[in-house]
Amino acid sequence: MNHSAAPKAGWEHFPHDADVGVRGWGSTAGEAFEQAARALKEVVTHAEVRTQAAVEVKCDAPDIEILFVEWLNAIIYEMAVRKMLFGRFAVRIDGTRLTGTLWGEQVDVARHAPACEPKGATYTALRVAKESDGRWSAACIVDV
Amino acid sequence: MDLARFTCVDATTWRIEPRDPMRVPVIIYADENLIRDMDDKVYEQAVNVATLPGIVKASYAMPDAHWGYGFPIGGVAAFDPDHGGIVSAGGVGFDISCGVRTMLTGLKVADILPVQKPLADSLSRQIPAGVGSRGGITLDPVEMDAMLSGGASWAVARGWGEARDLERIEEVGTMAGARPECVSDRAKERQRREMGTLGSGNHYLEIQAVAEIFDPAVAQVFGLVQDDVVVTIHCGSRGLGHQIGTEFLKEMVVTAKEAGIVLPDRELACAPINSEVGQRYLGAMRAAINCALANREILGHYSRRVFAHFFPGCDLRLLFDVSHNTCKVESHVVDGKRRELFVHRKGATRAFGPGHESLPEALRPVGQPVLIGGSMGTGSYILVGDAAGEQKAFSSACHGAGRAMSRHAALKQWSGRKIVDDLAQQGILIRSPSTRGVAEEAPGAYKDVGAVVAAAEHAGLARRVARLRPLICVKG
Repeated sequence: MNHSAAPKAGWEHFPHDADVGVRGWGSTAGEAFEQAARALKEVVTHAEVRTQAAVEVKCDAPDIEILFVEWLNAIIYEMAVRKMLFGRFAVRIDGTRLTGTLWGEQVDVARHAPACEPKGATYTALRVAKESDGRWSAACIVDV
Repeated sequence: MDLARFTCVDATTWRIEPRDPMRVPVIIYADENLIRDMDDKVYEQAVNVATLPGIVKASYAMPDAHWGYGFPIGGVAAFDPDHGGIVSAGGVGFDISCGVRTMLTGLKVADILPVQKPLADSLSRQIPAGVGSRGGITLDPVEMDAMLSGGASWAVARGWGEARDLERIEEVGTMAGARPECVSDRAKERQRREMGTLGSGNHYLEIQAVAEIFDPAVAQVFGLVQDDVVVTIHCGSRGLGHQIGTEFLKEMVVTAKEAGIVLPDRELACAPINSEVGQRYLGAMRAAINCALANREILGHYSRRVFAHFFPGCDLRLLFDVSHNTCKVESHVVDGKRRELFVHRKGATRAFGPGHESLPEALRPVGQPVLIGGSMGTGSYILVGDAAGEQKAFSSACHGAGRAMSRHAALKQWSGRKIVDDLAQQGILIRSPSTRGVAEEAPGAYKDVGAVVAAAEHAGLARRVARLRPLICVKG
């Protein structure tokens, strides 16, 4: 699966034996994080998610790769406790701290037909880097 | 994997000799075809585990091993706290104490067939499954801590289960040493309304028929009769376990470094058993084991309610309840000496042989039931622990078929709708909120479970008792 929103930003899934990898890319690390969050949403549902409510999250970590895992885990946590799905994301990164906004709605099983529930983002195939073409990419395996 | 990378000890035992920085060898139990089909990552991950401090004897992989996180899924490793041994959050995994229980119904396939469809519909309505589902139980902080300390015994005391079940659950239904105060508020919040929910992914509730008996004597002790119907539930500690795994993984990356442990993979994040973090993790992980035991007990209770509606007077008896993702303190004889070891099983089943003191009286003469989940189309197996298993891999066996293909690849190959229709033709009813979820769990995406259990038997890990074929499968 490979859905490029624009030449400079996009997301994709990549295979793992038991689970699934998510990768986002963009002109900044923050944009790559936002795109990877869209890939995470697509793990759960291919249906449209309405952006009816906003949730704020904050994360910090010893380095930017672990910050990326923390960001995905913050989304997974909010999905689980609020029974919500999120379809739009905004990220601001300040060193190893992150402030994010998630926009979404309550899960509607009939309309979203959620395929699986992410358990946690992992350190497997974890990579956040500025690539040789100047774009940032952020990827890891998600346990589902 | 390339067979040339192993020393072939016998037809189902493959060894990687220790080389720096490995402290012990790797031993993989599998037949030639299974090992050839395994991802190279299994080799890499099993070798990485062999480098961890305090590891005893070997880093093992079961016949269903596949690429996991840090540890391979199907990985077994024991650590000695007196020799710098570690406990690893990655080695236990995210879904702490994910496991399987099988309950005997005393019904025949012929009893089920006339009501197969309404029974499937009723189970899928009554068993909360999948994303966005809500259980009927909400825990306040006091009840949360009581559940985390009491496990299945807590569920029974609240009326969600039966006291006679407890001796048929590992740890007699309550994992000792649980410390609810070591579980974060976020982990508890994630579980507040999750008790009695099945989850999603590879978790399921199945109604199965006993299709084949391999060992009539043990089958009789287990209460398994040809064409009898059983209920099997596969699920774990839900959001609570996931959150504990996530949080300690992050913390242990730092503490491993502080303890001078070189991690070949950050996912192997660990802490010395005899350290503050190690002890705190053990307290939290044991609380998560109790959460999983309570959750499966409640789901068993819900199944009983549905069966009582369709078959008044029907008595569901628990055969056994096993856990897959754990670290447990066990006493094992190593080179003639009895030692207390911290045995990590990541996607592997404990498989005690005959005579083990933890087994209930009725099962002690034959050994522990080892419940192996297959895929929804091909069926499952019930094995029994083998006396030889202790020397083979600290009394451990495989846990399932193991995936042969990624979800990604499965989605490209199969349509969920068609799988549901094809299986219905074969008399297997699938109930799931998501056809895509069904495609990701397609029978063809899994290894041949028959080959996996045959290899486990040949290797002396556990012996086959019965094969089960699915009649109804409720998936999240």
